[in-house]
Amino acid sequence: MAAGVATWLPFARAAAVGWLPLAQQPLPPAPGVKASRGDEVLVVNVSGRRFETWKNTLDRYPDTLLGSSEKEFFYDADSGEYFFDRDPDMFRHVLNFYRTGRLHCPRQECIQAFDEELAFYGLVPELVGDCCLEEYRDRKKENAERLAEDEEAEQAGDGPILPAGSSLRQRLWRAFENPHTSTAALVFYYVTGFFIAVSVIANVVETIPCRGPTRRPPREQPCGDRFPLAFFCMDTACVLIFTGEYLLRLFAAPSRCRFLRSVMSLIDVVAILPYYIGLFVPKNEDVSGAFVTLRVFRVFRIFKFSRHSQGLRILGYTLKSCASELGFLLFSLTMAIIIFATVMFYAEKGTNKTNFTSIPAAFWYTIVTMTTLGYGDMVPSTIAGKIFGSICSLSGVLVIALPVPVIVSNFSRIYHQNQRADKRRAQQKVRLARIRLAKSGTTNAFLQYKQNGGLEDSGSGEEQALCVRNRSAFEQQHHHLLHCLEKTTCHEFTDELTFSETLGAVSLGGRTSRSTSVSSQPVGPGSLLSSCCPRRAKRRAIRLANSTASVSRGSMQELDTLAGLRRSPAPQSRSSLNAKPHDSLDLNCESRDFVAAIISIPTPPANTPDESQPSSPGGSGRASSTVRNSSLAGLLHAPPLGPLGSHLTSELWPKKERTLCLLSG
Amino acid sequence: MSGCSKRCKLGFVKFAQTIFKLITGTLSKDKIEDELEMTMVCHRPEGLEQLEAQTNFTKRELQVLYRGFKNECPSGVVNEETFKQIYAQFFPHGDASTYAHYLFHAFDTTQTGSVKFEDFVTALSILLRGTVHEKLRWTFNLYDINKDGYINKEEMMDIVKAIYDMMGKYTYPVLKEDTPRQHVDVFFQMGKAEAQRGLKTHSRALSK
Repeated sequence: MAAGVATWLPFARAAAVGWLPLAQQPLPPAPGVKASRGDEVLVVNVSGRRFETWKNTLDRYPDTLLGSSEKEFFYDADSGEYFFDRDPDMFRHVLNFYRTGRLHCPRQECIQAFDEELAFYGLVPELVGDCCLEEYRDRKKENAERLAEDEEAEQAGDGPILPAGSSLRQRLWRAFENPHTSTAALVFYYVTGFFIAVSVIANVVETIPCRGPTRRPPREQPCGDRFPLAFFCMDTACVLIFTGEYLLRLFAAPSRCRFLRSVMSLIDVVAILPYYIGLFVPKNEDVSGAFVTLRVFRVFRIFKFSRHSQGLRILGYTLKSCASELGFLLFSLTMAIIIFATVMFYAEKGTNKTNFTSIPAAFWYTIVTMTTLGYGDMVPSTIAGKIFGSICSLSGVLVIALPVPVIVSNFSRIYHQNQRADKRRAQQKVRLARIRLAKSGTTNAFLQYKQNGGLEDSGSGEEQALCVRNRSAFEQQHHHLLHCLEKTTCHEFTDELTFSETLGAVSLGGRTSRSTSVSSQPVGPGSLLSSCCPRRAKRRAIRLANSTASVSRGSMQELDTLAGLRRSPAPQSRSSLNAKPHDSLDLNCESRDFVAAIISIPTPPANTPDESQPSSPGGSGRASSTVRNSSLAGLLHAPPLGPLGSHLTSELWPKKERTLCLLSG
Repeated sequence: MSGCSKRCKLGFVKFAQTIFKLITGTLSKDKIEDELEMTMVCHRPEGLEQLEAQTNFTKRELQVLYRGFKNECPSGVVNEETFKQIYAQFFPHGDASTYAHYLFHAFDTTQTGSVKFEDFVTALSILLRGTVHEKLRWTFNLYDINKDGYINKEEMMDIVKAIYDMMGKYTYPVLKEDTPRQHVDVFFQMGKAEAQRGLKTHSRALSK
């Protein structure tokens, strides 16, 4: 039922009195009126800004956050208000939706931020009102497009580092597609470019008349006929190179069918085919006409330049995307030409020795006039003809000017897209380097911590305690988790260098290794690379809540420090793990009896089983010797697996808060 | 044969339409992506009172947990992919996806493929505030991959391998191929040998 309908229900029911006289059967009794709680004013505190509204207003939409019992999760009993840690400006729009029934889209806010707010409050985007729906959709689509091309650029830009196991085919294809990756590819790129230019110039120069010195009178002869052998050799060389290139591309293409159908390969084929046809066609008179025509196709070699020039490609895309506008232009021009040609023909029909011999002959005049060329080879002589001729030229300007802005805007859009992509690619490397630099300071925190001897149970001296305490609570807990894993498996984390030393082999090439612990970065707007404004979407930091609800001091700050976590490359520091006594490691492995967890919540003392003694497994109590029970028992007593000693935790943690550490698994 | 001619006709019709559109200059239709508004699987948890009754958390704790949960997953559910990504953040050294998979299925008690807030909180309640018995049961459930009530050696191997996968490559001492297997063998042997002893301990513990 719609929002405000509930308000009118009492009226409708009251109006039912009018049916009473007509009722043939007794009307049902009215439903018992529940003790109606009077409407109350709720206070919603959004990041400090207080919004007050009637409860009924919010109850209008029971399937949203504010309308359902879900808002109780955000109720602060002390202050009696609902506290949301969200953007108050956006909340204004959300609340207005409850009040008016229409969701309006803020003009100056980022569309993605708006979407997130809607998702949080449980509002479906379809609720956006009609007045704002179109703009919302447009902006969303624009954003999605931009993100899509970001994704593409990123995927395409994974270029420089090639997977090691790539075959010759793959490498060849990459060399063709990205000439900048290797010098050989670059050389090949420039060589083919050069030969395309040579071929085109040769085609042009062939037709220039050369002076023949021996003939008298000096007969002008095209250069092509004067030096046929030279031009033939040049042509052959170019065609050989083009053929070789085409065959190589065909070999390297990941999908040959698709390659064969692509535009560039068609252009390649058209560029080289005339030569081969010319080779096989005998040079007799009948076919020579066709042969000459074939040579025209050689000019298509110039289109091969589009692989080398981005501007040409952009032009091509523009034309493709403006196909409908161009079609419209063509169609309207054709209509106008036919109309005006007919009119001119009949206007000039009476004149003697007129050029306007037929309507098709008048087409030429109309086209020349409408495009304001005005060659002057055909001119009207009658007055009527002149009048219609002037109308024709005026309308020509209009018809042509109309679709042009559309084409131009399309071109500009595509051009800017390309520029953005180029800029992004250039910035990519810088950005990656910067990220790596930022990370290197905080990477390997766990290994550093180990190096500082933080894990030594004996706890010698205060310096170590100081180092230990400098870490944030989140870091402590995370390191504890990693430490638990180490104890479970009886293996320690090391860095690359130590590992390769241990192996006695150099293992890595240029690959990024992933052997560092995750660092906790301070949350900042910079580290959260948001995806709405033209940035990338893929690297959106994933914040998580599931396994680490750390409620020390009742705050979720530690949770937020997870934002911006990334896999980081190998650490630079050498960990001196060899210095670690290995016997302590074995010792610690022996005494596991309890399941330890990462999640630490200050537990009420009543619930905590005493953590200092190895907790006796509850088991099932039954004395049956089924596999179930024995494995359950074995589970608990197995030294190396899963269960960790709680005494470990009590040593690492201040005794103040009795944190029960439970390692899941 | 008829299929071929039908396809030809279809192709011809499409071609004619394209030409027509070209001539009349109709603007290209907006490819209305109806997936713009995907079905937002929005799940609302049960009431606070119910959850408080069902779990061992207080209202405040539930509120805090929910806030964090909702911040990450506004739709109210976590699917397996997200869970795996989340878990991978903690163990960047190795591959945490297998273990996260088992963990996810231990959380997802109703096997729906998504973890709702209730599942999350119930599991946390058991793990943090539950009795030892409940915790053991939960752990048993985790290890029992096919949920048939028995843990056999293969399941154990899978879990152990998943745990060792999380360590990653760079460990000291070097992880060998059969380290997990050895681990499991030792475990089962110990299990058999200590079954009796364990049972005695159980009964002693229970009597405490």
